[in-house]
Amino acid sequence: MTSATANGWTRDGIAKRLAQDIPNGSYVNLGIGIPELVASHVPEGRTFIYHTENGLLGMGPSPAASESDPELINAGKRRVTMMPGAAFFDQATSFAMIRGGHLDLSVLGALQVAANGDLANWSTGADDAIPAVGGAMDLVAGVKRVFVMTTHVTKEGEPKLVQHCTYPLTGRGVVTRIYSDLAVIDVTERGFALVELAPGIAFDFVQERTGAPIITKHARK
Amino acid sequence: MIDKRVGSAREAVADIFDGATVMIGGFGEAGSPIELIHALIDQGARGLTVVSNNTGTGLVGLAALLRAERVSKVICSFPKTAGSTVFPDLYRAGRIELELVPQGTLAERIRAGGAGIVAFYTPTAVGTPLAEGKESRVFNNREHVLEYGIRADFTLIKGCKADTHGNVLYHRTARNFAPMMATAATVTIVQAAEVVEAGALDPEAIVTPGIFVDRVVHVPSPALESALNEAGASYP
Repeated sequence: MTSATANGWTRDGIAKRLAQDIPNGSYVNLGIGIPELVASHVPEGRTFIYHTENGLLGMGPSPAASESDPELINAGKRRVTMMPGAAFFDQATSFAMIRGGHLDLSVLGALQVAANGDLANWSTGADDAIPAVGGAMDLVAGVKRVFVMTTHVTKEGEPKLVQHCTYPLTGRGVVTRIYSDLAVIDVTERGFALVELAPGIAFDFVQERTGAPIITKHARK
Repeated sequence: MIDKRVGSAREAVADIFDGATVMIGGFGEAGSPIELIHALIDQGARGLTVVSNNTGTGLVGLAALLRAERVSKVICSFPKTAGSTVFPDLYRAGRIELELVPQGTLAERIRAGGAGIVAFYTPTAVGTPLAEGKESRVFNNREHVLEYGIRADFTLIKGCKADTHGNVLYHRTARNFAPMMATAATVTIVQAAEVVEAGALDPEAIVTPGIFVDRVVHVPSPALESALNEAGASYP
């Protein structure tokens, strides 16, 4: 499996790159969708303990059909398994873990991320949309580090990294770092700052697809 | 002698009145008390306010209650699960009111309601549309919004095991909102797949103590939303 193409990282490539930045023993909440891929790319020798906000710490991968339990599910309502040392708990306890700052990392998808760390990932604000938020606002309010995992632009080619979010916010100034198919970018007091380019990707290519200036490593010093 | 068992789901929900606020446990199908919900549909109460994390899928359980137009308002964090069409259709038609609440705030509002805490401040949702119009205050240099505890007239939840005193155990992630909801209603009704005599459960392992539970209904083989939907079922 190749993790990089001429167009930057694949989805699995982004997940693999992100997983490298998670310390051994971290308690991690993976958002629904593309962040779930991180669980397939845990670096050799590390163990992460996955929290799913519907009430399980020590979530394991999808079950074999014979072990499938409709009441052992993740926040995306997909059936999962439990690892040795797992624990079940109610929603108040689960969000005490989240809001109380006990989790080390939250990995979320995004519709838009602004240069000041604002995140929009729950609603496009369209008139006919059914609003649904789940635990996203609690996660960004309570978890120390919030990594966003996303394609750099929308299907229509619009930047998802922007100066100001136009979609309704999930939280203000909450994003720590962004992992896209093109680059790893920090959110700093001075805005977006380049950490790393995906293999074969030039800085100008990334900047052209980003709605706000990106400070380069050189300029950050 | 205390014995909270009632003979049937029908009997257990008989006094739910028009306009009641009803908390319904479950996260997706995990923990959804389908037999109690179906009994409530049969019973006929209208104009209900339902507090539940989701709005059901297919045409059974919570979705069926909504489809029967018994519910005027839902207080909910995620009303558009894959496979849910009843709520979206009602909502777009303007036939149901939605109070959207972040999931952790929903849990804490229910917990607070049951614990005698009238309101609390949380950092969740600050700066978002869900905090608009709410009182806010700065603590530790950070803005927090004021959220109110929720109480209900009735709570419907599903346990895997209960005893005659109303002590309840849950199955895996079916626990979710049930322990808080049990504390926050005037009348808490539990359906359990197994009901045993007081003394048969390990007191160290009890999740919901019986003081929070009023009625226990034995439902030996509870239906599951996914299985009913795969079979193309609808209720009634």
